[in-house]
Amino acid sequence: MRQPLLQMNGITKSFGGISALRAADLRVGAGEVHALLGENGAGKSTLLKILSGAQSPDAGEINLLGAKATFNSPQDAQRSGIATIYQELTLVPGMSIAENIFLGREPGRASFVDWGRLVDEAQGLMSKVGLEKNPRILARDLSVAEQQLVEIARALSMKSKLIIMDEPTAALSNAEVDRLFDIVSGFRDEGLSVIFVTHRLEEVMRVCDRFTILRDGAFVCEGDVADTSIDVIIRHMVGREITAMQRRPAPAATERVVLRVENLSRRRGAEGLNAMALHDVCFEVRRGEILGIAGLVGSGRTETARAIFGADPFDSGNIFIDGVSLRPTSPQDAIRRGIGLVPEDRKQQALFLSQSIRANLTVTAQDRVSRLGVFIDSGAEDTLIAEYRKLLRIRMLGPEQIVSDLSGGNQQKIVLARWLALGPKVLIVDEPTRGIDVGAKAEVHNLLFQMASTGIAIVVISSELPEVLAISDRIITMREGRVTGEVQADAANPEMLMALMTVDAVLA
Amino acid sequence: MAQVAAEAPVPKRQQIRPFNVVARFAPVLFLVVLMIGFSILEPRFLTPLNLFNVLRQVSIYGLLAIGMTFVILTAGIDLSIGSILALAGLVAAVVAKGGLDNRFSVGDGSAATGFGWEVAALAAIGVGVAAGFVQGLAITRFKVPPFVVTLGGMSAFRGAALLFSGGGPVSGFDEAFVWWGQGKLGPVPVPVLIFVLFAIIAHITLSYTRYGRQIYAVGGNPEAARLAGLNVQKIILSVYVITGFFAGLGAFVLAARLNSAEAVAGTGFELTVIASVVIGGTSLFGGTGTIFGTVIGTVLIGVLLNGLVLLDVSAYVQQIIIGMIIVLAVAFDTFVKSRRRIL
Repeated sequence: MRQPLLQMNGITKSFGGISALRAADLRVGAGEVHALLGENGAGKSTLLKILSGAQSPDAGEINLLGAKATFNSPQDAQRSGIATIYQELTLVPGMSIAENIFLGREPGRASFVDWGRLVDEAQGLMSKVGLEKNPRILARDLSVAEQQLVEIARALSMKSKLIIMDEPTAALSNAEVDRLFDIVSGFRDEGLSVIFVTHRLEEVMRVCDRFTILRDGAFVCEGDVADTSIDVIIRHMVGREITAMQRRPAPAATERVVLRVENLSRRRGAEGLNAMALHDVCFEVRRGEILGIAGLVGSGRTETARAIFGADPFDSGNIFIDGVSLRPTSPQDAIRRGIGLVPEDRKQQALFLSQSIRANLTVTAQDRVSRLGVFIDSGAEDTLIAEYRKLLRIRMLGPEQIVSDLSGGNQQKIVLARWLALGPKVLIVDEPTRGIDVGAKAEVHNLLFQMASTGIAIVVISSELPEVLAISDRIITMREGRVTGEVQADAANPEMLMALMTVDAVLA
Repeated sequence: MAQVAAEAPVPKRQQIRPFNVVARFAPVLFLVVLMIGFSILEPRFLTPLNLFNVLRQVSIYGLLAIGMTFVILTAGIDLSIGSILALAGLVAAVVAKGGLDNRFSVGDGSAATGFGWEVAALAAIGVGVAAGFVQGLAITRFKVPPFVVTLGGMSAFRGAALLFSGGGPVSGFDEAFVWWGQGKLGPVPVPVLIFVLFAIIAHITLSYTRYGRQIYAVGGNPEAARLAGLNVQKIILSVYVITGFFAGLGAFVLAARLNSAEAVAGTGFELTVIASVVIGGTSLFGGTGTIFGTVIGTVLIGVLLNGLVLLDVSAYVQQIIIGMIIVLAVAFDTFVKSRRRIL
């Protein structure tokens, strides 16, 4: 390592009893492009939030240029020369490039902005990052790649010593990635350091000097990129015991295909710049089978699920339920044909948090609990709730309890019960155990096994490889909106999946 | 679930906390305290005549507030109800008078020249429903925020009412028409009966029907409602039709009570009505609230105004007090919710 610029030692952080970081270390030299690597949930984001002053650590210390540093706010970190470029860009859309670069630090006298200097200085910084635009153009009229360059220019304007880039290439085309890497290499030559977070390991090999790997919130190893290989990196990223998770018992899959997806495609930007495009996604699920979809955040796995469910539109491709074509324009269409979706974000997308278990559980199955199709039959409703309370072992006081008072695991069971009450043919479960403690995880897994054994075709999407491996019969991997591989779960291992999820050429 | 057969531990039954009980019935308690206070300060307050008078006064606001509760439960707002009421009232009046040519004719407008009250009432409600439907379409189809659509409606329907009326009031209806505003069944004024009847229907709708559940679901979390298979747009459209219906019904009852309809009727009603709903505990963010609360909120404002009038408090000061109570009611609600989370 060259002259050390940044040393983070023993950084520990927990949120409400769940530890996100357990003694994580990070050392970055001056003029070094450093890759911070790890699976989803390994603690990268938390570590970077602490470094950028957005959160404060429970324990551990930060040394910058040999002196102990404490950042109480993002402003503190910026003053010390640390700039962060988040994946979600943070420009003010209605302001010009120049104003965005100097936001809050406009040149001028007293309270008045010196517009001439503002534009001139912005122009100088923009040419450094290769942005050939009029500084007066509004940020909203720029492409994502151009907006990112504005953010980099802003970081330069703060005389930063260290620039953190969180997945900067996720939304860029190949040419744009090349340009970004040229700029990053230029920084190295000027002695600037960059911390680079990416899921594309071949980019690490291309542009980074050193790397640090985190796993489950702890430091695993660091080293020179030149001395390692993608295989080694992958092994360190996933190398964990998976015996803790109960494996699916005897698979009960049959030969009858319930859901078939053919060439499902969507162009980028269907809603918002960051919406993933889908390219010819194909797969099928059989009666009683659990299909796992493994992919990193942004791989298109959630987008695929939402398109099948009719929650988002798609451009082309075919979906068949029991051999009959389905072209959903709303979730209602998909539900009528027997598809259920447990969305990834329980609180934002599934629950009516301020309302009762009663209102939450029977929302999809109102046909089963109504009289004359109009009135709610609260007796039938009580019976239904009691049935699922027993079947799913939901720990609750009674039907009138407010769902926000339940634990994550019990909330998830309410959402599962909601779909079970409809008797679905296909159930898509996105992140079945996110934010759920270990004991409840096993219970949710058992429920999924149970549902499959009754003949439901289940699609499980998960960021946790051990989970996908333990509960699936068959696994497909996705990357950048494409299906990159398909394996039987008993023939798969984490390294092989991680390679399919992160690398262009299939190494496995 | 054979593998997990052991009985799950059930948490202890929640204790009834005095704080929660007080918080839940705060509007009722406040109403009771207010009534006790007024009856001590002013003996005329607690007489059957005065109380029925208060109820008669609030019944039109109350009808509008029932509709407004549906809209606010979906996190929407309807500023146009006062203007719709004016337009619908004029249409009802003109229908009762037998057409535009006869609208200024003086007298009781006997059935010889005009239509009966039934047609007039249907016309008023028809205008209200149509106005609500148009606004609902603008909100759901063209994705214009409810605040903007109904702000536009507030201006446009008022303009339409002024245009239609030609400036003057339309007065003098037959006895059967006027009975709906001035009549009594026993000691109870007819408008009060209408208000109570529709409050009960609305309560049953919200609490005991699928449609009611769907309204709470859409208001509580529209994305979750959509992913649960509800037709969110259709439900949102429907609540504006409902406010339109109640604006039309309110217009008919008001015209009957005043034996007159005019283009400036209902000016500023929307604010009083929104205040009643909010004081009754319905959240402007949608998803929580009851018709019971709205009825209490409506009566509370009526009692407050009546008491202040009896105590000779100036109309200007009344407005200041009403304004403060709206803010305090919401502040109290927020405080209670934060306490609930801590407890």
